[in-house]
Amino acid sequence: MISGKSNNVSISSQLLMSLGPHSDCGCVRSQRTMIHFILLFSRQGKLRLQKWYTTIADREKKKVIRDMLMLVLARPPRSSNFIQWRDLKIVYKRYASLYFCAGLENQDNELLALEVLHRYVELLDKYFGNVCELDIIFNFEKAYFILDEFLMGGEVLETSKVAVGGCLEDADTLQEVQKNTMDEYMNKPAY
Amino acid sequence: MLQHSYTHTAMSPSVPLQEMIRAIRSARTQCEERGVIQRECAAIRAQFRQADNGGRSHNLAKLLYVHMLGYPAHFGQMECVRMIASSRYSEKRVGYLGAMMLLDEKQDASLLITNSIKNDLSHSNQYVQSLALCTLACMGSAEMCRDLAPEIDRLLRASNSYIKKKAALCAVHIVRKVHELGELFAPAARSLLSEKNHGVLHGAVVLITELCERSSESLERFRKTVPDLVQIMKGLVISGYSPEHDVAGISDPFLQVRLLRLLRILGRNNETASDAMNDLLAQVATNTDSTKTVGNAVLYETVLTVLDIKSESGLRVLAVNILGRFLLNNDRNIRYIAMTSLQKIVGTDHNAVQRHRGTIVDCLKDQDASVKRRALDLSLALVSASNIRSMMKELLLFLSSCPPELRSQAANGIFTAAERYAPSKRWHIDTILHVLITAGGDVRDETVPNLIQLITNTSELHCYTVHKLYRALLSDISQQSLVQVACWCIGEYGDLLLRGDCQEVEPMQVCEDDVLDALETVLQSHMSSTATRGFALTATMKLSTRITDNVDRIRSIVSIYGSCIDLELQQRAVEYNALFKKYDHMRAAVLERMPVIERNSSGLINGDPTGEPVKEVQPSKVKTEVSLPLPQAADQTCDLLDLLSSSEQQPQSPPAAGSSILTQPLGTDCSAGRDLLDLLGGLEPTPPPTAVTVYEKDGVTLTIVCEKQSDSAMTVTLTGFNSSDCDVSSFTLQAAVPKSVQLHMKAPSGDSLPAGGAAKVTQVVLLNNPNKVNLKMRIRVSYSCRGSTVQETVQVDSFPGL
Repeated sequence: MISGKSNNVSISSQLLMSLGPHSDCGCVRSQRTMIHFILLFSRQGKLRLQKWYTTIADREKKKVIRDMLMLVLARPPRSSNFIQWRDLKIVYKRYASLYFCAGLENQDNELLALEVLHRYVELLDKYFGNVCELDIIFNFEKAYFILDEFLMGGEVLETSKVAVGGCLEDADTLQEVQKNTMDEYMNKPAY
Repeated sequence: MLQHSYTHTAMSPSVPLQEMIRAIRSARTQCEERGVIQRECAAIRAQFRQADNGGRSHNLAKLLYVHMLGYPAHFGQMECVRMIASSRYSEKRVGYLGAMMLLDEKQDASLLITNSIKNDLSHSNQYVQSLALCTLACMGSAEMCRDLAPEIDRLLRASNSYIKKKAALCAVHIVRKVHELGELFAPAARSLLSEKNHGVLHGAVVLITELCERSSESLERFRKTVPDLVQIMKGLVISGYSPEHDVAGISDPFLQVRLLRLLRILGRNNETASDAMNDLLAQVATNTDSTKTVGNAVLYETVLTVLDIKSESGLRVLAVNILGRFLLNNDRNIRYIAMTSLQKIVGTDHNAVQRHRGTIVDCLKDQDASVKRRALDLSLALVSASNIRSMMKELLLFLSSCPPELRSQAANGIFTAAERYAPSKRWHIDTILHVLITAGGDVRDETVPNLIQLITNTSELHCYTVHKLYRALLSDISQQSLVQVACWCIGEYGDLLLRGDCQEVEPMQVCEDDVLDALETVLQSHMSSTATRGFALTATMKLSTRITDNVDRIRSIVSIYGSCIDLELQQRAVEYNALFKKYDHMRAAVLERMPVIERNSSGLINGDPTGEPVKEVQPSKVKTEVSLPLPQAADQTCDLLDLLSSSEQQPQSPPAAGSSILTQPLGTDCSAGRDLLDLLGGLEPTPPPTAVTVYEKDGVTLTIVCEKQSDSAMTVTLTGFNSSDCDVSSFTLQAAVPKSVQLHMKAPSGDSLPAGGAAKVTQVVLLNNPNKVNLKMRIRVSYSCRGSTVQETVQVDSFPGL
């Protein structure tokens, strides 16, 4: 008879031993935020903005950027806007000459992410007035400031366009006014 | 390489940011760009060293631009620290931006800004506070978080809406970094739910979600908020038009989706909570406008929530129907997510998903590769006994035009489905043949023996099968698996082929020369692999007892191959020659019809039809071994029979010694192989134990390492490994060995193989072979992957290290 029928071989189900920290995919997995990163790049593969919402080494960032460029720029024109990459969902959309690309946690709502990207474009458009890629190139720090009023820590911060626009205006005013009258409007720190 | 004198440029006034950007963009080559950037960086460095000159923020901004292009900018880290500590808002702004871009918690310099952040959190100007909050939420380390958590808690309670919402998301980051601090924020989070400001509400919902996902006590505590959450959501859904939050008719979709997600977490596995949200979910599902993406985003989240909580069946049906509608949507994105969601529930709500089978199958024809992949997964999961015929038609159609990366999965999926649900044998054979003709190169190796076994078991269709295979062979000899099966059948049932009278196929007059021509074409074609040619040669030989006129032709073919340069073919040819000459009296018995191969549940088949050429031993040695008189061969095959009968459980009495050598035409080099193994054992000293892969499929591999413990005992270590991207569970191994060998399997290390090779499963098997019989082991591997069970059997004939 086959020895396989003896009790020795009936394998009892053992619980999986603990595996240790999830390591492989280079740190993108260490924090569970909604959005892991936002990248803006041109059709020629020039990076125009990079925002990272997880702690990740410089070398790894470069790898991710390279992968994103490769994945997104290779997509045929009428494909879906979602790509499965490692253990993240990549959501991207092309606006004129710029690709807006976000890396999402696997259980997140891709359709909402498309709305997030769209909202960001609307905010840029409102601020710059008919925004184009050059605006973002020459005023990149403004693009970051706008992003930081809309998203924070990988999550949506403010859902009202008007509110975001208002804050940006105020902050810019503060900056301008200060330039003209040095420390006048700037109170001394409370400390 | 462009060289520039730094002293010259250090004196010149710094170029404004925009001009620098223009200069970089106008560089025509990479080298030129590098030159410009080197110049600028040198200037920036010099400026950093100087005292405050009012242009500091510009310099740092320039550096940040250069950093974004990919150039090193670490020398700006200290400048960030200085700028953050400045009293000017413009400088703080750029300084904090620089900190978020250049510093992360791993850099030492990040610690230096803790104090500035602390100060700025209490600044009188909310925009300064906001900068500090934003930076902390972006790159705050665990220590910084611990340090500043009380301050954040204070801001959560006693500040304006603008700060509150930022503090909420900052708290989320803190909880992610330091889980225990969740306790600290729970009370404040609860009270924020009564705020009216959407930004604050959204932040509160995100914070509560985070707390509930981290700790079950928080989950229990926050379940009490379900009625409040339902109220808020209702307000959003039925309220009138709110210009500030409206997106294409949906009021604040971002907040709606987060609320739905929180409700999902709170309702999971809890009847009461699920009941409380039933009506709301039904309302959202029916009233949300689905013409734009934003409405579909909310519907999607609703569906996910309904399917995850303990919802009543009517609501579940509603949710699945929404997914069904999504499948018909013109937007590819919507179709894609619909299939992703359906895949998740195809196990639990199988019948509901079946209703949409038609649409799913249509998606197989979609242009988009992602959609196709999802459709394939889902289609294979939906195959059942009742729809097998129509599904198979679609799947075969898909196979003929599918992208190459999906062929293997499709072919294997089709085989599994066919095996499980074949309505008739003829259908089964036809299906397998169709797959082999279309995608023969992408199927697993076991397909050939499995198909052969299926054919031998279907005696009523032998005539039909051999006719079909003959025709397939005539049209195309490039698909190796198909050719192998065809050759085997022609060799075995050639007489039926020649008789020409088969009702189920068109009549075709086949003469002996035609058949021999076909086989010779295979033998001579450069497209045929060695294994295939082996099949063809054996088939030719077998025909010598099934045809009447052309035996001489066969004789000449066989003798030609006796000097073939390929070892395997040469060996066979020489043996067959011997069968013609010295043992002609036995030829008929040797080459008679094969007995029906007993089939056990895993599709097991005796012997290895694709004999592997043994390359290490010199040809002359092989020849002498092969000229062993056949009666001796019978003794060796008796041992094989032991093994075979023990696993096959054939009730028939052992056949005559002559016919036991039937295993040889199938290609096992057992007799010669064993001697060769002995030779190998004598030739070299025991090599260090190497792992041999005995099984590989879809990234799941099984390797063995053997170690001799004593004269008769050895230890075999089986290691299972999963390098694919889907998790494998219930991974079990069973083993069988010849009768006289004792086997003891120790407990395995586990039964799960997570994706990506993070862990492996090992199992040690102790063998004791006191009678020194020909040692073979059959291992059955079974596991679950992607919701389906895989069961394979492999036979190990040679043990490295023995």
